[in-house]
Amino acid sequence: MAKRIDVSGLTAYYGSHKAIDDISMTVEPRSVTAFIGPSGCGKSTFLRTLNRMHEVTTGGRVEGKVLLDDEDLYGQGVDPVAVRRTIGMVFQRPNPFPTMSIFDNVAAGLKLNGSYKKSELGDVVEKSLKGANLWNEVKDRLNKPGSGLSGGQQQRLCIARAIAVEPQVLLMDEPCSALDPISTLAIEDLIGELKERFTIVIVTHNMQQAARVSDRTAFFNLSAVGQPGRLIEIDDTERIFSNPSVQATEDYISGRFG
Amino acid sequence: MSHAVTEKRPSSLKGGSLPRWSAWAVALAATGAGLGISAAAGLDSSIQWALIAALLFVLVNYVLAVRVEGRRQAKDRLATSLVWVAFLLAVIPLASLIWETVSRGLKVFDVYFLTHSMGVVSDTEPGGGIYHAIIGTLEQVALATLIAVPIGVLTAVYLVEYGRGRLAKTVTFFVDVMTGIPSIVAGLFILSIMLILDLQPFGFAGSLALAILMMPVVVRSTEEMLKLVPNELREASLALGVPKWRTIMKVVLPTSIGGITTGVMLAVARIMGETAPVLLLVWGADYINNNPFEGAQASLPLYIYEQYANSAGSPAAYNRAWAAALALIAIVMILNLAARGIARWKAPKTGR
Repeated sequence: MAKRIDVSGLTAYYGSHKAIDDISMTVEPRSVTAFIGPSGCGKSTFLRTLNRMHEVTTGGRVEGKVLLDDEDLYGQGVDPVAVRRTIGMVFQRPNPFPTMSIFDNVAAGLKLNGSYKKSELGDVVEKSLKGANLWNEVKDRLNKPGSGLSGGQQQRLCIARAIAVEPQVLLMDEPCSALDPISTLAIEDLIGELKERFTIVIVTHNMQQAARVSDRTAFFNLSAVGQPGRLIEIDDTERIFSNPSVQATEDYISGRFG
Repeated sequence: MSHAVTEKRPSSLKGGSLPRWSAWAVALAATGAGLGISAAAGLDSSIQWALIAALLFVLVNYVLAVRVEGRRQAKDRLATSLVWVAFLLAVIPLASLIWETVSRGLKVFDVYFLTHSMGVVSDTEPGGGIYHAIIGTLEQVALATLIAVPIGVLTAVYLVEYGRGRLAKTVTFFVDVMTGIPSIVAGLFILSIMLILDLQPFGFAGSLALAILMMPVVVRSTEEMLKLVPNELREASLALGVPKWRTIMKVVLPTSIGGITTGVMLAVARIMGETAPVLLLVWGADYINNNPFEGAQASLPLYIYEQYANSAGSPAAYNRAWAAALALIAIVMILNLAARGIARWKAPKTGR
């Protein structure tokens, strides 16, 4: 199920503005990799290049290679739609489809792609909602609109929607920044369970969260405002938080930065 | 109201305040004063006393508030009273128009009137009805809508979801130009084609001209509605591996369908009252013609014009004209209510 991601020499632009510069790293399968760093350093942009969502933005353009088990996502003839089916994404703000019920929201990926059997749909929805630890809370109101749930429930609904299409990799862009501590805990527990099946990459501003949930941590920084963001270092989370090899990382983590 | 003036106490958060009924009292007093001044000065136009009353209402409210409540609250009251006066100025013509139409139109407005044509009645005699005109209007407008809505909505989808660069700007520019086309010009455009092809007047020709008038309105309103759909929803759908066209069909359009419907209904209401293109291209008829593709047809606005213009001042024809106007307003209103119902039914749900 889970696949490894190898990034080499990746540079991303917004129009003529270079947002991230020459990033190379490896994301291990069945593990959680966290991206930390100050705002505007390109964490989210880099995350979006991993499933070709970056080019959806006007003027978005990418150079370099992203290998998913030796297959280049930016190779010739690669269909971005197929890439996004393989690499799912959860966004910062919960964004369930307002016109759809809870059931339809989870089934959206399958229904909208048109490749499903009606008899299987119920099972997939149940499995995904259970996978997102939401089943017990919503099983009696599957046909109610998804926007009626609380923020934390909506975010778990979005995670259920993302895992319903059975991706290989799950990208999460600050999935807890709009949630309270209890909902955050629920999502963090969920990430711990999901990494048994998926490769997970998570962007977070919360360093305790990175330390709690991730196996490896990457620190991004930018040398000055307006300069492109760079990868400073990536290492085992324990090492990054106890004994990082770069001074800037230690400054950022201990709060002496900026 | 001088007793309400209090000493200025800088430490207190409470200031002087006018009682809640003061605005109503001022409105009454201003109306009375307006009437009084007009009577005294011998002004017999109701517009004059109403304007004097409105002016007094705004002024007295402001001065009272300055004296009792202070400058900041007075500005607030000034804005509030201006809004009220503007509201009344906007409502009065509307109310009087509806009142006139209903009171004059009801004289001959009955089932017979709605179900008979003018086929055997001359324009100066009493009797007859508008069945042929209703059929004509509904058919012409329905055909125009069938043409204009798909083209308009698809153009808006192109402009919002795909349009980049010069082509999109050009399309936007020409849509704006189209918004300003006078209806008679749209009619002449189709008429020139009819003359080239040597065709006789028929209902569908009118529909084509009406579609030209309707299209820019549909494009503009749909464009605004599509822009309101949050980008996060598009990204959520794309990130699930849904192709762009399906994202538009299944996520973007359903989310904005309520607003799009309202926009379409406004456009329908706009073309339903058009007379000029119908006069040129459909000609009008006294008999019932159910086929919009052959032969002259009637339409409500054209019927109203003909009853007024061709009847040499016959009261029976004037009554028919008012009743037809009432029918036209009623049809537009029913369609609008239906559209609101659809919009509410289809709008994104928020219940728990």
